[in-house]
Formats: sequence, structure tokens, C-alpha cells
Amino acid sequence: MLKAIGIASVDELFAPIPAEYRLSRDLKIPRQMAESEIVDYFRQRSRENGEGYTSFLGAGVYSHYRPVIIDSLISRGEFLTAYTPYQAEISQGTLQSIFEFQTMICELTGMEVANASMYDGSTAAAEAVMMAVRLTGRRSVIVAQSLHPEYREVLATYATHQGMPLSVTGFGNDGRLNLEALEKSITPQTACVLIQSPNFFGNIEDVAATAELAHKNGAMLVVSIAEAVSLGIVEPPREADVIAMEAQSFGVPQGFGGPHCGVIATREKFVRQMPGRLAGQTVDKQGRRGFVLTLATREQHIRREKATSNICTNQALVALMVNIFMTVYGKIGLKELAKQNLAKSAYAATHLGQYGKVLFAGSPRFNEFVLQTTEDPQEINHRLLDHKIIGGLPLKKFYPELGNAALWCCTELTTRTSIDNALKLMGNEASQHATGLDQEANEIKNEGKNKNQIKNTNREESGIAEVAR
Amino acid sequence: MKQTGGKARLQVNQNEGLIFEKSSEGKAAWKLPPLDVPEVDVSALLGAAERKSLGSLPEVSEIEIIRHFTRLSTWNYAIDLGMYPLGSCTMKYNPRVNEAVARVEGIANGHPYQPEKISQGALQILKTLSECLIEITGMDAITLQPAAGAHGEMTGLLMVRAYHHAQGRPRKKVLIPDSAHGTNPATAAMVDYAVENLKSDSRGMVDIGALESQMNEDVAALMLTNPNTLGIFEQQIHKIADILHAKGGLLYMDGANMNALVGKVRPGDFGVDVMHLNLHKTFSTPHGGGGPGSGPVAIKKKLEPFLPTPVLVTKSDGTLGFNYDRPQSVGRVRAFYGNFGMFVRALAYIQANGPDGLRQTTEDAVLNANYIRKGLEGAYELPYSTPTMHEVVFSDKLQAKKGVRTMDIAKRLIDYGFHPYTTAFPLIVPGALMIEPTESESKEEMDLFIESMKSIAEEAQEDPQAVLNAPHSTRVSRLDETAAARKPVLRWKPPSQ
Repeated sequence: MLKAIGIASVDELFAPIPAEYRLSRDLKIPRQMAESEIVDYFRQRSRENGEGYTSFLGAGVYSHYRPVIIDSLISRGEFLTAYTPYQAEISQGTLQSIFEFQTMICELTGMEVANASMYDGSTAAAEAVMMAVRLTGRRSVIVAQSLHPEYREVLATYATHQGMPLSVTGFGNDGRLNLEALEKSITPQTACVLIQSPNFFGNIEDVAATAELAHKNGAMLVVSIAEAVSLGIVEPPREADVIAMEAQSFGVPQGFGGPHCGVIATREKFVRQMPGRLAGQTVDKQGRRGFVLTLATREQHIRREKATSNICTNQALVALMVNIFMTVYGKIGLKELAKQNLAKSAYAATHLGQYGKVLFAGSPRFNEFVLQTTEDPQEINHRLLDHKIIGGLPLKKFYPELGNAALWCCTELTTRTSIDNALKLMGNEASQHATGLDQEANEIKNEGKNKNQIKNTNREESGIAEVAR
Repeated sequence: MKQTGGKARLQVNQNEGLIFEKSSEGKAAWKLPPLDVPEVDVSALLGAAERKSLGSLPEVSEIEIIRHFTRLSTWNYAIDLGMYPLGSCTMKYNPRVNEAVARVEGIANGHPYQPEKISQGALQILKTLSECLIEITGMDAITLQPAAGAHGEMTGLLMVRAYHHAQGRPRKKVLIPDSAHGTNPATAAMVDYAVENLKSDSRGMVDIGALESQMNEDVAALMLTNPNTLGIFEQQIHKIADILHAKGGLLYMDGANMNALVGKVRPGDFGVDVMHLNLHKTFSTPHGGGGPGSGPVAIKKKLEPFLPTPVLVTKSDGTLGFNYDRPQSVGRVRAFYGNFGMFVRALAYIQANGPDGLRQTTEDAVLNANYIRKGLEGAYELPYSTPTMHEVVFSDKLQAKKGVRTMDIAKRLIDYGFHPYTTAFPLIVPGALMIEPTESESKEEMDLFIESMKSIAEEAQEDPQAVLNAPHSTRVSRLDETAAARKPVLRWKPPSQ
């Protein structure tokens, strides 16, 4: 090859680089390792990383079962090692699967169009807000305090230099957006209201009422969905103008926070302000059905600084995982799956609630709940950790006003045994405070708006608690 | 029309409908364990929020799903099938050990909020990868948070903005060469900088005179891709950096083409202040049909206070953890810590190569590109004769006389069993053919590619219609993109709707 090129050594090819900058030493990085050593290295790191623990963590990343065919299929080189499907003739596999993904997301969210994909739920929410700003020609944004705190941080970063004033609307005693406060803060400059449902506490927001308030004032409603499995049993936010979703729950590993899969879904009339890639159906020169990437004039490679977003590489392979997951569970399975999540977390809330107070007990919720305790949840979690259980997420960092509160999550993978075990370990220390807490919990229950809400103090079913004590 | 050689062929004869068209009531591919807690009354719990119907989600069996996606997969081209010479996209082999280690239980299933005490494995991976990338780039610090290259660009420019703000001199614009990727100007607009075009000189490099006259104290940064999208190393890079620095500007490097430099030269040594890397290009993580990527941003010391939160630190007890208390930070650009699964793969790639392997990878990538350049010289016009590194850009000038344009040549290349090169980019070359073989290709594969490209050049002269109507060997050909955009059909609808 050197001879063909007409040079004596490879070094000549690097001659354009000024000599004073050329590296004359080895990089100081680990030495070359054999495949067996690499596998050993990561197995060791895995053992240092919570392997074999039972977890009650949710908060935007959920532990759901991943059907094995997801990895069988996405491991096919034709999916794994393909590029963005710009050359439609040899990318029909990816394009058709994106088209199916878009269809299923529309069905699930009640929207008319969906893209595939955004980086994650947090950036999808920020991009959805910027979309609303473009569509309304207004710049102020109202964010629910019950939106994932890290999503709020990301939005703040994106908004800083866009001249988009952000304001936060708090939550009421029911752990949902305070609609009275919202009404007061909406102005003719409000481009959109951004909420999450189920929200960060697991509570389902009153989307219809929020939409009405927003629309009455000429603002849009953007709804973030972080727990996609909720869509199996919870009415989607159909009244929203834009939905920004995190689809990790649909067959994507928790992966210490990524890669996950953001999606934006909206109404057809807004599609030209939507960021990200879209696959569309068309025909070829013989009239055969096929798919292409479409509406590219929104995108950076065509529009440069006038594009709707700078997004280029997205989360395509993760979207394929999501697609396969939705196909596996389908119309019936997804509902049954969501029901199990609901049942497990209802059981956990009932039982763990004996050692604390389940906050916002009157609000409808999906698979998460906030448990307030007299004991610092960090202390409880230390005790659980010794038994390989990761307790709920302490909320002091994000919501100091909630005191000793933690966010607990149960999915279909949470066993009754693990809930009962957590209960016993909590009880070891906290039982002495239980009586007083029962009292408080009862009060909350009576305040609850939903009369059919599951009993959270659960005196009748205290058998387990007695065993624990 | 010519016979098109013996390359790998796709199964173009499979027919496969949409998954919805296979659905019928009662089929299922899922099975849940028996519920071990009491059933709940859904309507009692959710009230009006209860969902009644899941619309037309499919009901299909497992074998149908396997066949559906397997058949679809056969309509895709892939690196696993052959050379994928997309310039600037760096379609190199995706080692399978990367996939294996990314799926080890504690790596794949770690929760971002699990206590730091039991996250030391993941944090150690972040630390080791960070150290390797800092050493490879010659920079001082890094954030792994950005999810892709364009996201890294945004993060980098936010830090540039914060830096100038802290200096008490906010600036208004960034300079971007006319050869740049579309993401550069789109990113600048996202962080509210005005974009000013910087023209290239006759050799395809930054026009130093133009830079000198355009550089002033309103310029926050120059976003430079090096080697640039013509595959040309900016030979005056030190001068470029000096001109910027003299007026207080910063040099941003788009690291899309870092695979031409690893182990040979370090951007930190030639004056770059901030740069992003694409782990899915240089560090072999799979493109997966368009993502996920990962776009770490490496910076010089003076930008460190502005890194996104949180920042990985070694605590006093020697364990690793995150520091969230960073008052000058630009904030978060993404929830959690970035596309961790991609960090695992990139680190495995670095380990599999080591210092010698990474250097040789770079040398092979540059050698391969120059071999192709030599092989196609004459058959295609070379608009810039300046030496090139890891990619080479030709134009369709010779073929355009017969009405054959770069996209036609690209489509015909499909019939020869290759994925097309990058077409019509960079914008400064009309009818560009941008070719990047990467280090993964053998001489045999490249010879076949060169032969195919030469054959198409002949066809363009002798039988242009064969090229204009290509591809001939695929299941569908020349899809109507105009119709798709005019009346968008973006989802399947049940027949009754």
C-alpha cells in the first residue's frame, strides 16, 4: 500500500502536522489487554456496583423485566452496526421499525405524531418547551415543582441563553400541581406550562384542568412522562399539546442512567416545529410502499443555524429496544404489566405506611409513593443496605420541605418477600414511633379527596407489622 | 449494464408487512408471573385517570416478532456486511467484546441513584475513561455527560459563554468555517450566539487573512473541525490559536475527526481550549441505526469551574463520588451522568488497543484513506490537492457532464455491494463524494471498492442511464421523498379510521 501511494513510511502521511506538536511518546493509558482480561475487568467492576441488590429506586429510572428477544434482535449486526438511515434503499429495516415505533407511541400517548428519538426524557422536555416557545411566539415558561428535579435543572440550562424566563409552580397538599397558584402565575407571556404525569412523586396530575388553564391563557401544555409503563393503565395526557417522554421503562436497561430513550409526540399541526428524526411512508418509482426520513428541512444538516434543534445522532438502537418491548407486550400485555405495578406499589404503600406516613395519600398514583418517617431515611437505608436492599430515594436533597421523606418504587419485579423484608428492617428501629405516625397517617387519609383510595394506615392488615415488631 | 461483482448481498426478496398487519386477537408474546400481592381495584385507585383501551397496539406471537424484525434487518446495510465509507461518520468495526461487557449484570442494571458506596464499580469506569480521554486529547478536565456530539458542542459552547461572562466580557458570535458540519451553526444558535461564516482558502484550510480580519473582541470562539471535513489537517493551527487567543477568544475543536489524531498528536498541545469527542465515531461504539452516541467534552483548566454538574471526585476516604456544589457550573445538560453504556464500550475499546494499538489504528485509518485517494485519482476529480488524513473528498465534476451526480453514483454503489460514501458534503465542494474507509478495512475490501468506483465512473460515461436509475438490486428504489414531505404519513392507521 505504501508503494501504491508512493511513500516510504506511514510517517510521511502525518507530515502535514507541524513537527513540534507531533507526539513522540506513547500515550499514558493502560496497556493493551486481552479479551479475557477486559471481560474480567468489567466483571470485577460489576461486583462493585450493586450486583445482586434488591432495589426500591425509581425516580425516573425503572427496573422492569426485559424480554430476552430484545437483545437477540438488537444484537443483529444489521441493526447494531448500521448508520442513520439516510440511504433509504438499504435502510428499510431501520426505517420501517421507526415507523412502527412512531405509530405505537402515538397510540399510547394519544398524540398524532411522534419522533424517534431524543437523547432522554430530560432533554426531550427541554426541547419540547423550546418547541412551544417557537410555536406561541412567547418566551416565559412555567414549570411544575413536581417535575423531576434533574429535568428542571436541564431545562434551566437550556433556557438560560434563550432568554426564556422560568418560574416554578409548587404542589398542593395532594402532591399535585397547585392549580390556584398556576392560575395566578400564568400571564400573556406564558408560552407553556410543563408538568410531569405521573409526577416525580408518582401522583397522576389533573392534566385536563391544567390544559384548560393553559389554553384559556393562550399557552401550551407540555407533559413529561418518565414512567412509560404507566401508559398501560393510566389515561394518557391527551389534552397536552406536546408530550416529552422517557421510554426507558420499555425494555431499556437502567444502565446507571443511560443510554435511555427520549421521545417527543405532538399534534400533526405542530410537526414542522418538532425536533429530531421522523420516518414517513412513501412509494418508490415502481409504486411499492417504502419509508424515508422526512421533513428534513427542520434539521441541522439542511437548515444549519435555522434548524429546530442541533440534534443529529439520537438514540436509535434504544428506540428499537422500546419498539420490540411494545410489540411483545402489545395491547393486552402492557395493561396487565401496568396492573401488576399498581398492585405491588399499593401493597408496599399499605405495609410500609405502617412505619411512616404515605404523603399525598388521596391522590391517584402509579408505582411510586412518598413515605415520610420520623427516622432519617438515610439511616433506614443504611440498615437495609446491610441486607442488600436499596431503600427509597431520600428526598431531602430535592425537597427539604418534606422532611424525612423518601420516594419508593415497586415494579412487577418487586417481590412480596422483598417488600416484607424491607418492612421488617424498617420496623427494627422505627416501631417506637409508629403510634404517633399512624395517627398522622389517618388524618391524611381523611383529607384525601379520592374516597376510594387504598387504606394507607391499614390497621386491619397489621399482622405483618406485628411479626416485624 | 455491468455485472456488479461478488460482494455481500442483502436479502431483497423478503416481503414483510407492518407488525400491525399481523396482529390478531388472542396472540401474545408475554407472560407475567402470578401476582404475589392482593389484586387491586383499578378504578377505585385511579378513578377518572384509569385508561380503558390501548388502541391498536399489536397482538402477535414471539416467533412472529422474531421473524418480523429479522426480516426487516435483512433490508439494512451494516458494517458487518461490508465497507461503510461514510466520510466524517467514521463507520469502523464495533467490537463484540464491548457489547458483552456492557451487558454484565451490575454494569447494565446499576441505578443512577443507588448509594455511591455500592456504585464504586461504575464510578471507577467513569474515572478511568475520563483519565484516558484527557491523556488522549492533551486536555486538563472532562465531562462525560453530553449524550452525543451535537450535545457536546452545546455543552462546550455553554462553557465558553460562562467563561467569557466570568471575565466580565460577554461576547456575541462564533466563527464557523464554511466547511463545518451543520451541527456547529445549529448549536451556536441554540446558545444564542450569532454565527459568522469563515471562508476557506484555495488549499481547503482556514483563510488566515480572513480570520485575522474577522477576529475581534465580539468573537467568543472559533469552532474548528481538525482535520476538517475535507480530511485536511489545519497546518497553521498554531497561528489560528494565537490569533484567537490574542483577542481573548477560545478555540473550540469539533472532535468528529479525532480518529485521525489519536496517539499521533494531541489537540491540547496545539492550542485547543475546548473540544468534544464522539465515542460512537473514534471509540468504536455502535451507531445502531442513528444512536446512541456519547459526546464527552474535554477542556483546559481555565474552563474547569464551568463544567456541568455533577463532577466526579475522589473523596477524602479514597472512594469516588459526585460533587454537586459547583457555583460557577453551566448546570446540567442531561439527567444523571450521561450515556454510561457507551462509556463502558469505549473503555473496553481503549483497553483492547492500548497505546500501541490506538496509534496504529490512527495510522491505518490515514493509510487506508490515502490508498483510496490514490486509487480513485483520475477517475474522479479531486478539488483540493492538499494532503489528506483519514478521509478524502472528490467531486462529481467529471460525471456531471453526463448528467450523473454524486447521489446517482452513491445509489449505483449500492448495486456493487457497498454503502454509499457521504454525498453532497462538505458544502464548499459542489457534488462532493466524501470517503472515509477507517482502519477496519483490509486491502482486499478497499481494492474491491476502488474497482467498483472506477467501474461506475466508466458507466457514467458509457451507460449513464444505468447509474441514473440505480439502485437496481434493492427491494425498493429511489423512494419519493418529495411526496413524503409534502403529505407526511408518519404513522400507520387501522383500516377503519
